Amino acid sequence: MSMKRSAHFYLQLTFTITVCAFLLVPVVLSILAGVTENFFVGIKSGLTLRWVVEVWSLYSKTIFLSIGISLATLAVTLLIGIPAAYVLARKQNRYTRWVEELLVLPVAVPGLATALALILLYGQFSAFRISWTFILVGHVLFTLPFMVRSVLAVMSAIDLKTLEDAAASLGATFTQRFFHVILPNCRQGILAGALMVVTLSMGEFNITWMLHTPLTMTLPVGLADSYASMRLEIGSAYTIVFFIMIIPLLVAMQWMSEPARPTKAKHG
Amino acid sequence: MDSQNVNLNTVGIRLAQCAKTFPDGTRALDPVQLEIEPGETLVLLGPSGCGKTTMLRIIAGLEQPDEGGQVFFGTQDVTALPIEQRHVGMVFQSYALFPNMSVAENIAYGLKVRGMPEGEKKQRVAEMLTMMHLDNFAERRIDQLSGGQRQRVALARALAVRPRVLLLDEPLTALDAKLRESLRSEIDRLLRSLKITAVYVTHDQSEAMALGDRIAVMEKGRIAQIGAPREIYYRPATRFVADFIGSMNRVQGVVEGDGLRLPSGLLKVGPRIAPEILFRPEDVRLVDAGEAHLHAKIISAFFLGDHTRLILDIGGEQSITAETVERREFKPGDIVPIAVDAESLLFLE
Amino acid sequence: MKPTRREALRHSLLVLPVFIVFSAFWLLPMARLLSVGASGEMGVSAYWAVVTDSRYLSSLISTVALSAGVTVVTIIIAGIAGMFLQRNRFIGRSFLIATLTFPLAFPGVVVGFMVILLVGRQGLVGSVTEWMFGEKLVLAYSMTGLFLGYLYFSIPRVILTIMAAAEKLDGALEEAARSLGASPWQVVRDVMIPGLRPALISSGAICFATSMGAFGTAFTLATKINVLPITIYSEFTNYANLPLAAALSIVLGVITWLALALARSMAGSTVAAAA
Repeated sequence: MSMKRSAHFYLQLTFTITVCAFLLVPVVLSILAGVTENFFVGIKSGLTLRWVVEVWSLYSKTIFLSIGISLATLAVTLLIGIPAAYVLARKQNRYTRWVEELLVLPVAVPGLATALALILLYGQFSAFRISWTFILVGHVLFTLPFMVRSVLAVMSAIDLKTLEDAAASLGATFTQRFFHVILPNCRQGILAGALMVVTLSMGEFNITWMLHTPLTMTLPVGLADSYASMRLEIGSAYTIVFFIMIIPLLVAMQWMSEPARPTKAKHG
Repeated sequence: MDSQNVNLNTVGIRLAQCAKTFPDGTRALDPVQLEIEPGETLVLLGPSGCGKTTMLRIIAGLEQPDEGGQVFFGTQDVTALPIEQRHVGMVFQSYALFPNMSVAENIAYGLKVRGMPEGEKKQRVAEMLTMMHLDNFAERRIDQLSGGQRQRVALARALAVRPRVLLLDEPLTALDAKLRESLRSEIDRLLRSLKITAVYVTHDQSEAMALGDRIAVMEKGRIAQIGAPREIYYRPATRFVADFIGSMNRVQGVVEGDGLRLPSGLLKVGPRIAPEILFRPEDVRLVDAGEAHLHAKIISAFFLGDHTRLILDIGGEQSITAETVERREFKPGDIVPIAVDAESLLFLE
Repeated sequence: MKPTRREALRHSLLVLPVFIVFSAFWLLPMARLLSVGASGEMGVSAYWAVVTDSRYLSSLISTVALSAGVTVVTIIIAGIAGMFLQRNRFIGRSFLIATLTFPLAFPGVVVGFMVILLVGRQGLVGSVTEWMFGEKLVLAYSMTGLFLGYLYFSIPRVILTIMAAAEKLDGALEEAARSLGASPWQVVRDVMIPGLRPALISSGAICFATSMGAFGTAFTLATKINVLPITIYSEFTNYANLPLAAALSIVLGVITWLALALARSMAGSTVAAAA
């Protein structure tokens, strides 16, 4: 029996490692391609950072724009998402379920459709159309449900109503309750939501590609541009820049989702 | 608990025609009139769904009574005031301590929102910590506290603002039996020495009897009976109250003169008699054969340490419960002679 | 003002910003899209024509077939790997888990690029097969390449959901089955898979919906691949055929929304995030 389990185990292990390799090898490959003198010659041609440098000179504006839009998206989703999550957590009825469904629509429906719709209605306002705020709108629509869901999850778990009642019984007005009691106890949800929003915004392509203009290119849009029109090494180097930006965010998200060790309460 | 220094300005509470119907149609409370004296501890007692928590929340200001209902604190009509303006102290069933604050910060919260100066605030907090025997706990986080400690912090927080009334929503329900008993006496002493008007909600009748100056027994949204514990126990007004407080034996038979004829004998418990008589298990006396009204057969015997509970077959397919402190061993199948005194009978109005 | 009314007013004010933003930038534009879709020469029947016209029907069918295929393969792969990782503890486990979940945030374009690096004209696999067999294996610019790409971003998503669901499985049920004599395979078939069914269905539906609406990967690989998002894109940019692009997007949107609604009804709110 134990021999059989071992074989079973190793079979699955090999399978899993193969899957991981399938996911990992291309990443390694693209990193290598970005620091090789000549991809077609291979590593033998030597390692260099010139492509990364060239990427910077070509695309630094897109990088900064991406960062800026991500932060702006974060600000907007925090400002309008947290109050909405609060109301949804307090009310918890049939209507709130509809609202949640509604908010998820820009995520459920392909980005193409959302972008097309925006262009159709607002394309005529040229000042808006060519501004970075046009892209911001798309990003907010796409990331809002994640912020709301993240904060709502925490709010639902902490018996918000009773905490609020307790604070009110001690004389606190709504504003005081919101900032002293509600927000501090949602920290986890807000942080997780924030990381999610920034990560999604940095990597968003489907909507942004339709909405962008040559002056409002974000990082993923620049990536597509470099893949299409630049040599392979530059595309790879640009991809490396993207990895450098996105991987810390992913690590932070991974680390956040690790359940916290609850301290055992004493009995007595 | 030392509470000499606490000087409270407490008021009486009056509810006038307060009813509560929830948006989904459930009638939680029928129109009720209630008057609570300043300094009195009133216990709202009843099974879940009886409306006791709803009534407490109406007094607190967390729920609004239906149109026409009014709540008075002393002579002030507070019906339209939200809870944050009623100056009450409230202890919640789950304690509702703020996880993002330390013990001291929790206790100070009511003072903080009132803008009390730092020095005065610190002093008041220290007072409360001492009063509740929590002196070394000031900087602790909430999740490091045991159930009993959290309870004390909840009390300290509610009392720190020197409220006019104290409202407690099943504060001991979440604790285990032994802890409940010891905290019960602490709360009793506290309420007595503070002389504050308190409304205490519970479903535990021994808690109600121990703590209440008066008890309001509630059933399905209305007050079945309100009175001092002894009155409720010895003179229950309705069958529900009789069943809810303590246990009740119910025996049916044919009235014969000043006794009740049963297949196994004549219960001579007159002069007052009815086809159905009620009496409590502790009033069933185990006597010598000569004095007995009935010879009952033991169906089950439960030795509970400080007393024994017997389920007795009295014939005619009726059984009663008896409780005795006698130390001898009882076994199923034994025959015991029993008697019930006339004074022990309960009659419902 | 009565406290309850004050509270209701406060709640309305707090959700107002969200409603304004959402109505102005999604509801209204979508309504416009719907009407534009019906504004072509065929009117509202354009929606029906879109699904029945052979040009677009073939595009729709290949997209559905591709998405369905990706979903099935992903569930099998992620199911095996996910259950294995959830149930076993060994050195290097966290590293494997990390590797499997990082690609979650890679946009389709990057995945497409990596597919090119791997199986494109100058790809690694091509060079290896050329060296081994004398012939270059190039898969990138066809449905196979797209399939590989979709697999790449679907596996992490599904694995996470499966691992989360596997964690919640009641071990007592498996122990009970074993005590009654079931073999490991029977335990998997009769206890674990039924137990994971909601998670499998919901993550499968998400996988399907994401593949249906994916644009970046196909775009990078070539604009000639016949999937619906690419068709929509070319109608819009190359032919400026607004009504058609609008109608096709609506059809696509409805299909993906239905798939996700199915997912949600199966698993409540334990659905892993789509990106």
